Formats: sequence, structure tokens, C-alpha cells
Amino acid sequence: MTTQTAPPEAPTKPERRKLDENALRNLGLVGVLILLIIVGIITKPDLYSDPTWVKNNFLTILQQASAIGVVTVGMTFVIIGGGIDLSVGAIVAIAGVWSTTLATQSYGAGGMIFTAIIVGTVVGLINGVLIAYGKLVSFIATLAMMVAARGLAAQISGKQTQISTNSTINDIASTRPLGIPLLVWILAVVVIAGWVLLNRTTFGRRTVAVGGNPEAARLAGINVKRHTMLLFALSGLCCGIAAIMLTSQATSAQAAMANLYELDAIAAAIIGGTLLSGGRGTIVGALFGVLVFSTITNLFAINNLPTEVQNMVKGGIIVAAVLIQQFRFQSLTQLFKR
Amino acid sequence: MTIPTPRDGHAPADPPPTTASSATAESAPPAETMTRSDTTENGGLALKTGGDVPAPPAGDDGGDGPGDVVLRLTDVVKTFPGVRALDGVQLEVRAGEVHCLLGQNGAGKSTLIKTLAGVHHADGGEITWLGQPFAPATPQAAMRAGIATIYQELDLVDDLSVAENAFLGHEDTRFGFTRRRSTAQKTREILSRLGHPEIPPRTAVRDLPAAGKQIVSMARALSHDAKLIVMDEPSAVLAHDEVENLFRIIQGLTSQGIAVIYISHRLEEIREIGDRVTVLKDGRTTAANLPARTTPTRDLVSRMTGRTIEYVFPPRRPAEKREPLLVVEGLSRKGEFADASLTVAPGEIVGIAGLVGSGRSELLETIFGARRADSGTVTLDGQRITGVGRAVRKGMGMAPEERKSQALLLDEPIYKNMTLASFSGFAKVGFTDAGGERKAAEKTADLLELRPRDVTRPVRTLSGGNQQKVVVGRWLLDDTKLLLLDEPTRGVDVGARAELYQVIQDLAERGVGVLLVSSEVPEVLGLADRVLVMREGRIIREAPAPEIDEDTVLDLVMSGSLTTESILEGEPA
Repeated sequence: MTTQTAPPEAPTKPERRKLDENALRNLGLVGVLILLIIVGIITKPDLYSDPTWVKNNFLTILQQASAIGVVTVGMTFVIIGGGIDLSVGAIVAIAGVWSTTLATQSYGAGGMIFTAIIVGTVVGLINGVLIAYGKLVSFIATLAMMVAARGLAAQISGKQTQISTNSTINDIASTRPLGIPLLVWILAVVVIAGWVLLNRTTFGRRTVAVGGNPEAARLAGINVKRHTMLLFALSGLCCGIAAIMLTSQATSAQAAMANLYELDAIAAAIIGGTLLSGGRGTIVGALFGVLVFSTITNLFAINNLPTEVQNMVKGGIIVAAVLIQQFRFQSLTQLFKR
Repeated sequence: MTIPTPRDGHAPADPPPTTASSATAESAPPAETMTRSDTTENGGLALKTGGDVPAPPAGDDGGDGPGDVVLRLTDVVKTFPGVRALDGVQLEVRAGEVHCLLGQNGAGKSTLIKTLAGVHHADGGEITWLGQPFAPATPQAAMRAGIATIYQELDLVDDLSVAENAFLGHEDTRFGFTRRRSTAQKTREILSRLGHPEIPPRTAVRDLPAAGKQIVSMARALSHDAKLIVMDEPSAVLAHDEVENLFRIIQGLTSQGIAVIYISHRLEEIREIGDRVTVLKDGRTTAANLPARTTPTRDLVSRMTGRTIEYVFPPRRPAEKREPLLVVEGLSRKGEFADASLTVAPGEIVGIAGLVGSGRSELLETIFGARRADSGTVTLDGQRITGVGRAVRKGMGMAPEERKSQALLLDEPIYKNMTLASFSGFAKVGFTDAGGERKAAEKTADLLELRPRDVTRPVRTLSGGNQQKVVVGRWLLDDTKLLLLDEPTRGVDVGARAELYQVIQDLAERGVGVLLVSSEVPEVLGLADRVLVMREGRIIREAPAPEIDEDTVLDLVMSGSLTTESILEGEPA
């Protein structure tokens, strides 16, 4: 080995490489998005020739992604922390229904928002307590909660659709500060807050530690149980926010709302690079995962294609994303390098 | 530092950080140069026993063995990255004999039996089995050739029946359907051969006691028509009277011409059941084919020990008397350890010697609060310790036995692993301070001479020794007063060991109390100021390190019943 082989900047390389891996994965998802838009242009060239339509359609996609996006942020935390939350859709439903009962609506918009958030957080907290202190597997505990919370939502609503008569709530979906729907602003705030929480706070560091190696975290003095409980409460909080967003969009709430959100949220987190076994994941990737799904939905809608085909395509994308993950992005990274 | 560290250790601009081999390759060369240069100035433990006892030439006791030679190993070598696990093993096993393998932890016994079982593949040397060269590609191939291995953790499927377990992998079938009745019948025959016709072939293995499970394992071996059965510490899971029964079974097997390789740490068992003994040390055969009944204990023990270059300890510093920092009183956990009392003073290194299963790791984890004690108290600086959170806050740190599964986030960078116990301390109102953490980690990395020094690399890319430094370094960032180390040098190559020893000693010099557990007796003796010997859950001996030697400790650890005096008496006056 010669004496000139050690450049001083060499040590910083690996960190950059790791960043590359995440960035590359996100870049891949952006590529998929672009591909989907190109497919849209090819199939509907007349629509895409109208700039106003393009802009509005773009905002529609974002708006459709907003509620599920907020749920996915919470889900991503839970999965990075080594758990899974199958009850998110049901929590959205119970929070939505509870906040739109006649009694709650009588307290005004503030009361409704407060109720949705508290109900969501408390139900998440119950999940968390059962999992962390009752030592239930999160899959089982949240599966039970998924069934039970939908049941309670149906009970409260008497299986009826509850119309929201509160104009402030109903206006959330139609308000457009700076030309962008308020729902998209909410998504942006939640995503940024989630990113900061995961990457810049002790809470985020604990999440990665607890999910990556719970025993190591415990032996380092981290209160693993309490943290696990908090993660599920966080997921519940996100569901509460999403419940308000959905209620506002539909100007109503019902026990069947947010159906299968758990599957969409898990799928979005996974294709965004979150490891199902915990310990690794990114908020930005999860956001791109959500956007891919809502763009597909949009693409099928503008082409008037049935949802069955759409679901088949979604399933294929999930499988493809996980397969790529298994091949490990490193090999791809090297491919791109040269 | 007594160890010269090659400064260019991390300098080469070798790019791929993601493969484990590159990391180990970096640490391997210093290891060699270091041990060679340091043997002469080894000022640590007086290494008294001679490791150069020439082994009796293999086969000189011709006619002594009961049958023909079935298995012969000549100069077998097996290397793993950074470790030469087998370094010239000779072994000769005859039909119908019980051949005992003796050696300390790390001597290469496990690697050897895994090589015979087809799990590992020898890199060099020659193995002949029934007169043919033998190199099983898979465990199945070894099994088919007639070599069955019964591991310490029995590899049975708990929810299958005795018969299904015995014939697992080579089920008796017709057109794809299992033949339950004939399988049960065959199993019954085998169990009768083993002298246990009373075990019903259709019970679930889960419902059998440990001894019964072992018999099922042997039935599986016989179902393959094994001619050699390797037993790895079969008595470890058995009660006393069950061991007697095991011996009867073994005698039954050997009378049918089956050879048995028997591994045990208990000398009295070897004397009772064994025909010949082969002793391993550091991957080499140091004595072969000793008569099991008549070889003096002292000879066996000295051939197992006899250290040369593997342990290089920094010079011992004079111990000073101080008030104890850690006081443990009457600590007990059912089935693990009982009535353990000990103290550690600031700046003192206390070592616990004991075998795996003696309760030493459990004791350590209970002191740390990671397990709840049934009774007894732990106090640090006069304050009761009741849980891990409290232990860490009061200044305790622990490097657990299983580095990867208990201590590290392998994909996370070094600095985040180092600050795992202290990142909250760096944080301001909940926001982490990555820059501050990195700087602190870099300082610690320099202190520990971590290689590579770049703290943003994922821990996965480090060698075992450097990973261990990260775990130890975690507790240097904090104001740790007491460090608990469980097997700190497991899986650490020779050169890095010496560095770790230096680190531990430096810590003690700075006033940190150290409680160290190791199954390697020389390590405990070389590092500790005071030594506790644990056997079967109890502390059976406490002594200042200079007043106790390796043979005594090993003897206490292995046999317990034999005292130092009895060994000395056994020696011709």
C-alpha cells in the first residue's frame, strides 16, 4: 500500500452511502410516480393538454392522499418500533362517529375536533397498554381492536350515516389557503412533524432502538414498555386527526368509513422502505408510498376503469416493492454508481 | 498502552464497508504482530503450566482399544475469519469405545463435532471414517454415513410424537402417507435396544422430561443406524440418578459395537464412563488416547490449560482498600442462583469464574435489574437498585453476553450505538444533538482505539473486538461507576483481546468498579483483583487473585467435590 492512498475525506463516505440508499429508494418511488403520470398522459392526452385540469387533478391526488397519509405516518412509527397496528381504520371510524353524534356536535367544531383526537388517542393507548403491559402480540391485540372498535362505532351510530351539520368542520375540506386545499396543508404539517420526531428527537431515537433491538434498548436503560405504549397512542392520535379530515370531506361519518385503511397504510409504509420487522424506516418513503397508491386510484378513475383491476395492480406493486427490498438496494446502488 | 497500535489501521481507503470480511481483515494483521511481540514482555499472570507437554504418539497403546479404528482425524484445521478454531487436531476413535473429549471453552470441541456432523467443513487435514476419506457436505450426509450428533440443546420438535421425532427426515412412508403403525413399532424396538421400552412412541416429546428427550435423540441416531454417536455434554441437563441411567445406555450402545464420543466438563464422569481421553487446547490436540481411568487429574488439567500467547494481560497495579461501591446481599433467583453476596469497590476488578449454566450470567443480569430477584438486595453507593432504568441512572452499565442480540443495533452507526444509553443526556428539550453525540463518540473511539475510527459507519461492519469496544464505550460516555461485563472477549480475536484487557484495566484505574464474568479462567485470574468461583448457582469460593491459581479454579468449577488438597494428595510426594 502506498502512502498516498488515504485521502482525509474518506471516513465520511459510508454515511453518505447510507443516505444514498434511502434517497435512491425514494427516487425509485418518484420514478414510479412519473411513470404513472406518463401512462395518464398517453391514455388521456386530451385531458393532459389542459393545464388547469392538470393542476386541479394534481391537487385532487394530494387531497385524496391526505387522510390516509396522516394514518400512514402513525403506522410508520408503530412498524419502526417493532409493532403493527391493524386497528387504524376502525379507530378512524370510532373517532369519526363519536365526534359526529348529535351530542358532540352541540359543542361546536372545537368540541368535535377535541373528541376525535381524544377518542383516537385513547383507543390507541388501550392498544398500547394491552401490548406493552398485557404482553399481547400487537397483531392479535390490534386485530381484536379492529373488530371491537368497528362494532362500537356501529353501536353508537345505530348503523346510520351521521351527517355533520357544523359548517366549520365541513369547510375544512373546501378551504384552499394559497390555492392548496387545507387537507393537504394538514398532511404536510403531520409529515414534517413526523419526520422531525423520528429523526431529530429522543422519541424517534428510542423508536428505532426499541424496534431494532428491544433487548439492547432495555439493557441501555430505555423504558421499552412505556415507549411501545406511546407508539400505539401516537398511531391513535393520527387516526383521530384523519377522522376529522374524512368527516369534513364527506360531511358525514359512519361505522364503515376508512375501510381497509390498515392495509393501505401498512402497504404504503412497506413500499416506502420501512422494515416490517422494525428498526428501520422513513417518513418520506411512506409518504411516497401513499402518493403512488392515490395516483393509481386517480389514473383508474380518469380512465373509468373498475376498482377490481385497480386492486390487482395495487397488489402487484406491493409484491414488487417487497421483492426489490429483498434483493437489497445495495446491489442496485452499486449498479447506479458505475 | 503496552500494545503498539498500527496507526494505519483505518487509513486504507478500502471502499466497501458493508461486508463483514473487510472489517475482520483489517483487524487480523495487528493481532498477529501484537501477540508475537508481547509474549516476551508478558508481565501479567504468571503462566506456570507448560503447554508443550508432548502428546503421546497416537496409537502407541495399540490393542488397548476394544475394536478397530473407525474414525481418524489427522492435522484437521478449520479457520473462521479472525480465528483458527481448529489448528491441527488428532483424534482416533475405535468401535465400541467411549472416547472422551476434554478441553476448556474455546478449545475447539464444538467446532470439531460440528465438522464431524457436516455443519462445518475442514480447511485442512484428513478425516477417515471406516477407512474412507470423509468430508460430509451436509448434516444429512454425515447422518447417512452413520455419524449422529446429540447436541446440548436437543433438536427435537416438541409437538411431534416420540416416533415422529425418531424418524424425522426419513419417515417411513407409502405413497406419501406416513405409516404410523410400523413407525411406532420400529421406534418401540429401538427404545427397547436403549433399555427404555416403557416410553410410549406416540406421546408428544413435549411431555417427556429432559432425560426422556435425550433418549429420543439417541433413538433418532439409532434409527439412522449410526455407528458413531457424538454426545455434547449430555449430562448437563440431567439429575444425578439420570446420569447413571445415561451411562447404562451408553454401555449398552458400546457393547453393540457403536463408538461414542463423549464431551463433558465433569472429570468424575469421564473416569466412570470413558475408555480413552483426548485433550484439546486452543484448537490443538495436546494429549491423545490417555487412559480415562488412570490418568491423574493433574495431568489432564495441565494439558487443558498451559497458556502461551493467548492471554496478554497488562501489568497488575497495586490494589488499594476502599469502601465498597456495590453491595449484593443474599441475592437469589429460583432455579438460577441462590444466596449470592458480593462487593465491588471503586477501581476494583472482581471476576466471577464458572461454567455456562452455573448461574453467573443470570446473577449479573439480576444485579443490573434486568431480572427480578426473588430475594436479596443490590445497593450501589448506598442506594437500592430495582430495575434497569434505575441502575443506569445511578451509574451502572452492562455489556451483556450476547453482543449482537442484547447490545447492538447493527444497522445503526457506531455513534448512535455508543450513545444508546445517554442520548437523552445530549438532547435539548427532546431534540437530539447528533453533532454533540458524534464528537463524544469520537473521543471515546480514540480512547478505545476503535478501528475504524469513523463513527458514522454501521456497527455491522466492525470486527467482533471492535463491536465489543462500542458496547463498553457506551458506558464510558456516561458517568458510569460500575461496569458489569459478561464474557467480554467472546468471539474476539487474540489481538483485540489484549486491547480490551487494557481498556478494562484503564477503566478501573479511573475508579470504575468492574464486575467481570468469564468462562475462561485465565482471563478472570489475569484481570481481576478478587476472584469468585461459581458452581451450580452458588458462590463456592472467594479469594484474592494472587492467592489462587488456574488449576484450582478449574478444578472447583468442574468438579466441586475435588478440593485443591485432594489434587495435591494425588501427586506422588
